[in-house]
Amino acid sequence: MGLRITDLTKSFGGLTAVSGFHLELGDRDLQGIIGPNGAGKTTVFNLITGVYAPDCGQIQLGEHTVSGLPSDAIARAGIARTFQNIRLFAQMTVLDNITMALHARAGYGLWEAAFRTGNFHRQEARLLAESREHLARFGLLDRQREAAGSLPYGEQRRLEIARALATGPKVLLLDEPAAGMNPREVEELIQLIQQVHRDFSLAILLIEHQLPVVMELCREVQVLDFGQTIASGAPQEVVRNPLVIEAYLGEEEAMA
Amino acid sequence: MVCALILALALPLQLSVDAGLFPDVLNPYYLHLLTIIGMNIILVASLNLLNGYLGEFALGHAGFMAVGAYTAALLATKALPSAAALPPVLGTFVILVVTLGGAMLMAAGIGYLIGLVTFKTVGDYLAIITLGFNMIIVNAIQNMDFVGGPRGFTGIPKNTNFLAVAVCALLTLGLLRNLIQSSFGRVWVSIRENAIAAELMGVSIARAKNWAFTIAAAFAGLAGGLWAQNQQFITPRSFDYIKTTEILVMLYLGGMASLSGSILGVVAYTLLMELLRNLLSAFAPQLAEWRMLISPLILIVIMLTRQTGLLGNREWRWLRSRQGA
Repeated sequence: MGLRITDLTKSFGGLTAVSGFHLELGDRDLQGIIGPNGAGKTTVFNLITGVYAPDCGQIQLGEHTVSGLPSDAIARAGIARTFQNIRLFAQMTVLDNITMALHARAGYGLWEAAFRTGNFHRQEARLLAESREHLARFGLLDRQREAAGSLPYGEQRRLEIARALATGPKVLLLDEPAAGMNPREVEELIQLIQQVHRDFSLAILLIEHQLPVVMELCREVQVLDFGQTIASGAPQEVVRNPLVIEAYLGEEEAMA
Repeated sequence: MVCALILALALPLQLSVDAGLFPDVLNPYYLHLLTIIGMNIILVASLNLLNGYLGEFALGHAGFMAVGAYTAALLATKALPSAAALPPVLGTFVILVVTLGGAMLMAAGIGYLIGLVTFKTVGDYLAIITLGFNMIIVNAIQNMDFVGGPRGFTGIPKNTNFLAVAVCALLTLGLLRNLIQSSFGRVWVSIRENAIAAELMGVSIARAKNWAFTIAAAFAGLAGGLWAQNQQFITPRSFDYIKTTEILVMLYLGGMASLSGSILGVVAYTLLMELLRNLLSAFAPQLAEWRMLISPLILIVIMLTRQTGLLGNREWRWLRSRQGA
């Protein structure tokens, strides 16, 4: 079992952002969460990654309960994520963004780093080779020396996914990866996620605002509205659900 | 390469000045200036670790310098025999290792404890808390009679010379460079760049920051230990926030997140201040005190015109990583 979430609830003051959220994500599943703006999708991610502490409910990664742990411990337990508004280390090089993500497996201590022991050089060479291999997989190797912040938008998204994967996660959370992309970039992104899903042994949970992305990628989706799951199942069925149509149309009206 | 060159120059320089050779060219005044520059490089480079690489605005560096200075002074006067009672070169070496090692350990220990409290906050709060600790350290020393209190600590043997400072400064730069270009350095810079992302990549932010803080404090202690055994007389007031400000001015002048910048900033600032002092005392002695206006003025001009300092985020080749990554 990859990720199991039961009865997850969080409120801010009087506002219930997420209520009674359930999820069963198998080892190599690819599931989606959709819903209109402000439905609580990102809050679910923030709860899973420990940015917020849940009011109640339990989050289990494999055998371990991770709810209540601090963010960094949850990340080290094997949950990696990307962000709706990209959060790269902008002034670091593309390569360093990836190598940094390997910090937990650096294999040397402070003294070894300070005095550049043989072990330090060996481990550092390993980290470098691993990072380059990883960048090559995502087609970013020729960008390795550039500052991450100077990449075009689509490549920044790709680098962020690559960085999250470099930590070697069991579960990857993608927060609106297609946000702000043009149709051609969205098409590339869908292929990239399919490739990741094929090549890496992990489960992917995807938040998306754009229905076509989820329709193409996921076999199972949940629809959130006002913090509640209003529908779940295969995407083709879910989009015909009157509650879902109302949630989305309601938003269109409100936006118009 | 550059390190070897500097050391190769430092040794004969020290020996010839000690022997009183070429008193016109190699006079003790120049050597004294170089010694000050070396100690300031240790201070500025270590503060750069916090303010430049880690991206936290720490304002208490002189406090850790004070801890190191007083620790070294106590060790040198109370705990150790004088250098005269020991074999000549080796004796001084042993004394320096013990006093400076003690200074670094003490400063690191206190830095670690302060860091535990301090890194619950960030930004303005952190700046104010570190400033507060600087004042606490200085005031605590003023109330300790066994180190002379406000009158200062006198009679410290002169164990430090230019050669010792040069070796320590190069060691500091080398060790800091090695750390910055390791996994630890990448983690520190990633915290500066985006703390939330770093945390969600599995970095324990408080721990990583406290490591940097402890290391920076240790090197400030080293500079203090050298300082005490060079000046032979220290008072608590030499380590108050005015000294911290001076370190900051040199840091910003040279540029953040650049060890090369730290070196350049120290050299430029120290030479400028000495030049001004000599010029003013020669031509306009009544304006001599106005010299002190210059350093805040430099800070203001840098902030207004060139926030990256002379060399912000850039490194000279010999301080860069071999892999060029």
